Amino acid sequence: MRYSIFSLARNALTNHENWQEAWKSPEPKPSYDVIIIGGGGHGLATAYYLAKNHNITNVALLEKGWIGGGNTGRNTTIIRSNYLLEPNAHLYEHSMKLWEGLSQDLNFNLMFSQRGVLNLAHSDAQIDALHRRGNAMRLNGIDAEILNLQRIKEMVPLLDTSAQTRFPIMGGLLQPRGGTARHDSVAWGYARAADARGVDIIENCEVTGFKREGGKVVGVETTRGAIDAQKIGVAVAGNTTRVMDMLDMRMPMESHVLQAMVTEPVKPMLDTVVTSGAAHLYISQSDKGELVFGGDLDGYNSYAQRGNFPVLEHIIQAVITLFPAVSRLRLMRTWGGLMDMSMDGSPIICKTDIQGLYLNAGWCYGGFKATPASGYCFAHTIANDAPHEYNAAFTLDRFHQGWLIDEKGVGASPMSH
Amino acid sequence: MLLINCPHCGDRAQTEFTYRGDATVQRPDPATASQAQWLDYIYFRDNPCGPHIEWWQHSAGCRQWIKVKRNVQTHEMLGSADATGEIADEIEEAPA
Ligand SMILES: Cc1cc2nc3c(=O)[nH]c(=O)nc-3n(C[C@H](O)[C@H](O)[C@H](O)COP(=O)(O)OP(=O)(O)OC[C@H]3O[C@@H](n4cnc5c(N)ncnc54)[C@H](O)[C@@H]3O)c2cc1C
Ligand SMILES: [Zn+2]
Repeated sequence: MRYSIFSLARNALTNHENWQEAWKSPEPKPSYDVIIIGGGGHGLATAYYLAKNHNITNVALLEKGWIGGGNTGRNTTIIRSNYLLEPNAHLYEHSMKLWEGLSQDLNFNLMFSQRGVLNLAHSDAQIDALHRRGNAMRLNGIDAEILNLQRIKEMVPLLDTSAQTRFPIMGGLLQPRGGTARHDSVAWGYARAADARGVDIIENCEVTGFKREGGKVVGVETTRGAIDAQKIGVAVAGNTTRVMDMLDMRMPMESHVLQAMVTEPVKPMLDTVVTSGAAHLYISQSDKGELVFGGDLDGYNSYAQRGNFPVLEHIIQAVITLFPAVSRLRLMRTWGGLMDMSMDGSPIICKTDIQGLYLNAGWCYGGFKATPASGYCFAHTIANDAPHEYNAAFTLDRFHQGWLIDEKGVGASPMSH
Repeated sequence: MLLINCPHCGDRAQTEFTYRGDATVQRPDPATASQAQWLDYIYFRDNPCGPHIEWWQHSAGCRQWIKVKRNVQTHEMLGSADATGEIADEIEEAPA
């Protein structure tokens, strides 16, 4: 059924009790052409584009919990393509272009809102760095504008732009096409659209092992029985090492916890996304009115989807410094998600040395915005046994060659990316 | 808040410490190491989901680097030692 104003009106007449389920949740079949492990946005998008772009519909998506229950449902939903390095710029800009038509494509309202993403600079060095990044973006055909303090004041009136604040603001870099989208809708929209094209979305199904024949993978063991497949794609974010350990494949990665939080809802007060690298903060206001914000990783290896207070305190201090008006708001929730922090801060989307096995991982804390392009390129790689031009650089092999894509230039320290 | 046991100072709040990472990786011998050994040392980690031996520096205390064994799934502390010491074996995971 297509969602539209008419379906909404029709269902209103029956008190919204007769909506069809958005996806079917079938029992797993004994075998598929392709299995995707992980029902986050990346896995779901991959399944969708396999069906849509490559006509591969005999696909199962296996999720150990419920779809979107991982980082997809835990992130702060910021979408941007303001990257410096070419491979990143192309991948994330491809994603941005897909976002721009995605609600229509999926027939699902993703509440995609291009409200702009503003990075603040608090020092001369940061101003230089933002100019450099902005110039690189424009050379790659991505929108970027340098804002002076006056324009920032006009755009974000509640920001403390005074000279007395702890980190006085000197300017900023705006990507006008950046913004936010509703994260849960992204999972649900892709799941529904993939299901409509014949993909089996199978929840409560944890992959516990692989079936191998010679140098190939030919299936998986799961908590719901063994399932065969010709090709298997892994997209499990913070659990990548655990899944790849089942194949004795070492990963250039550490798992870390990243926290975020929301305040009680208030009237509209912030109509853009503001980030400050110096203060370790990014903040936006949800359509419900909650201020949504987060900052740095807790900073130590963790597989716990929860963090500790010192980082929360640090982030809240940053919010109050930059936006003194919010100091009396109450926090409603804090939570944490499990990040797949790669050694160079960039992702991996590639086939592996094991025939039939494909890897999508290393998204660090920036993978939500990549969801459409990641699925698009991963599906292409699985279908053609060769990468798309936009993921050709994101190999696992680069860590064996020392050819890194280190956006921040901080070296092999996953917690610093 | 993590409470980290510094062998020199006792239990202290995590905010007094700076984290470094996996303390089991061994720098290869520059005289003999192959390219593959170097790359593995720099870029690849076990990243276990459970007990993890890691470096912390007591940067706002005695400034010593120490080894801590911590369950990274539960945040439970399982022991600590001096940088060159070994964490006592008898400190296994406490019963659930
Ligand atoms: C607090 C926070 C804030 C963030 N903010 C942003 C942001 O503003 N912008 C942005 O772009 N990104 C952000 N991110 C990062 C982003 O959320 C992730 O990079 C992205 O969601 C990863 O996508 P995914 O689909 O791979 O992961 P997930 O949604 O985590 O999906 C992986 C799935 O695999 C499943 N799985 C694991 N093991 C198995 C198994 N053995 N068998 C079956 N299934 C398994 C898990 O249950 C999970 O559902 C943030 C993350 C967090 C935690
Ligand atoms: Zn000490």
